[in-house]
Amino acid sequence: MDDKNSESRPPESAANVIVEFRHVHKWFGDFHVLRDINMVVGRGEKIVVCGPSGSGKSTMIRCINRLEVHQEGTIIVDGTALADDTRKIEEVRRGVGMVFQDFNLFPHLTVVENLTMAPVYVHGIPEDEAERQAFELLERVKIPEQAWKYPGQLSGGQQQRVAIARALMLKPKVMLFDEPTSALDPEMITEVLDVMVELAEAGMTMIVVTHEMGFARKVADLMVFMDDGEIIEAAPPDIFFENPKSDRTKLFLSQILTH
Amino acid sequence: MGRPQTVSSAIVVSAPRRPPPVRETGIVAWLRSNFFNNIHNSVLTLLAAWALLVTLPGFISWAVTEAVWLTDDPKVCRTAAGACWAVIAEKHRVMLFGTFPYDEHWRGVLVIAIVIGLSVVSGFKRFWSYWLFAAWLVAMGVILVLQLGGVFGLRETGTHEWGGLPLTLIMFVGTVVGGLPIAIFLALGRRSNLPVIKSLCIGMIEITRGVPLITVLFMASLMFPLFVPEELNIDKVIRAQIGMILFFGAYAAEIVRGGLQAIPRGQYEAADAAGLTYWEKTRKIILPQALRIVIPALMNDIIRAFKNTTFVSIIGLFDVLGATATALEDPLWVLYAPEAYMFIFVLYFCFCFSMSKYSEHVEHDLAKGRNF
Ligand SMILES: Nc1ncnc2c1ncn2[C@@H]1O[C@H](COP(=O)(O)OP(=O)(O)OP(=O)(O)O)[C@@H](O)[C@H]1O
Ligand SMILES: [Mg+2]
Repeated sequence: MDDKNSESRPPESAANVIVEFRHVHKWFGDFHVLRDINMVVGRGEKIVVCGPSGSGKSTMIRCINRLEVHQEGTIIVDGTALADDTRKIEEVRRGVGMVFQDFNLFPHLTVVENLTMAPVYVHGIPEDEAERQAFELLERVKIPEQAWKYPGQLSGGQQQRVAIARALMLKPKVMLFDEPTSALDPEMITEVLDVMVELAEAGMTMIVVTHEMGFARKVADLMVFMDDGEIIEAAPPDIFFENPKSDRTKLFLSQILTH
Repeated sequence: MGRPQTVSSAIVVSAPRRPPPVRETGIVAWLRSNFFNNIHNSVLTLLAAWALLVTLPGFISWAVTEAVWLTDDPKVCRTAAGACWAVIAEKHRVMLFGTFPYDEHWRGVLVIAIVIGLSVVSGFKRFWSYWLFAAWLVAMGVILVLQLGGVFGLRETGTHEWGGLPLTLIMFVGTVVGGLPIAIFLALGRRSNLPVIKSLCIGMIEITRGVPLITVLFMASLMFPLFVPEELNIDKVIRAQIGMILFFGAYAAEIVRGGLQAIPRGQYEAADAAGLTYWEKTRKIILPQALRIVIPALMNDIIRAFKNTTFVSIIGLFDVLGATATALEDPLWVLYAPEAYMFIFVLYFCFCFSMSKYSEHVEHDLAKGRNF
């Protein structure tokens, strides 16, 4: 639709690309946290991002829905380049679901209200219709019986599944997960990963920051390894795990896979 | 070789389940655990008991047995050894309604009943809806009609005739109803990203907080008329009301801001990520949580606002305290001012204590089923 911009885009970025980073840089004060990030995410594909603590993984995926603002380069989400226009940002955000490490459910609302809040107020969907969808999704994440409780009354794993359902309510085109299982006890990790695997099998586009390498092997189309603000390695999982090129990747994998 | 002997050890046993040990009950156990649980507390208990024994009989004989309860003759009081509660019966109309015309006092009674009635209703969470808000708006309209008169065949009574408890309650309700929205906007504005709005709000808050309420009221009543043309001269009650609203708003704004700051960043991010606009986020996610946190502190300020209504007597309005002072200018009864003021003391205490209990109740109500 915007002819002036389209010539600068590589050909593949038209229809089947949902998120694209082009030469993205970001600083926190003087600290150069993202250094020349270039990444393309195709529709329906699953990207797993890993890397040591402080390497900028969270910062990168939070740039996609502009919870963080990058200073240089271009981020294009579903055809819209992110800029300061508040209206456009709100629109982009509605197409991007996000699941946080510590759930961030709204504690003053019941589970159902957590799910229906945004659809009712943002999309103007009638309340009973939204509630019907909410129950469908709760069914899908396997906790329909918790619908009328408050988040504080649920276990961590249940809360995270509510958070996933909440993000799905807006029918997002891409889902972002920032270490969704790292605040959970081991026995709850599986129940959340199961839901995520199911979601992946249903064809959802996903960008997942995680250290759950079993999950990564199972669903990832592309593994991205970050260190110190840079993308060090990007490869399909079989190559990434069996034959990593960079020494830093090897070191990281050896550390993370020993336990 | 093996490793060296470990020091740690644990013993394997099998202990059957049993109920917890029975706690001592009964009056003696209660006394012991509350009043005599150690030597210091025992000494304090005995001292306090002694102090009560010394003072209480004197007070009871003054306040009850030797008191004069009802008479319209102050001389009777003069001969009695105890309190003269008769002054209250004699002067209660002036104390409660100030200079409001005597025959119209029933209107003041209605105003008091409406305010108290609606407040009680507002205390129950099941009545919380837009209807309640509408009811308050209607009530304020009715109160104004009752106080001002001039319509429906009511005798016209200007604000210069207002006084007593109705005036106190009107000032109080007006201050809270007008001041809370201002407080919320000031608190939000103070956290705004827009420098103009931010500095305006900071300025408002700091200037208002930097001066005593009396100064604000003097400004409103004495200086304000100097600066505006005469035909724009706004009624004194309204000017005082605006002054009190601003004063309350500035203080409450800082309390609300504290609540806003207590909301974790993740809540803002989750709301942002869902694509909520600033106002949707504020109204649906942030404010409900922030206000819940600050209810106790806010109630503290609301109670203070109630007591602050007494300051209006400085600019010549007769709230219930001011009206009492006027009532006691009667030389026949002036001796019995302490008794009259004790009545006012009890009156204020009843109002403030119920507000305090009310906030406790609301807090408890909101906490049901949630742990955050
Ligand atoms: N708001 C901020 N202000 C300043 N520095 C920040 C901010 N957020 C993150 N950083 C810094 O940026 C770097 C990258 O942070 P980021 O959270 O993206 O790392 P991460 O890869 O997600 O790490 P982790 O695995 O611990 O979550 C870190 O060094 C961090 O200290
Ligand atoms: Mg992180």
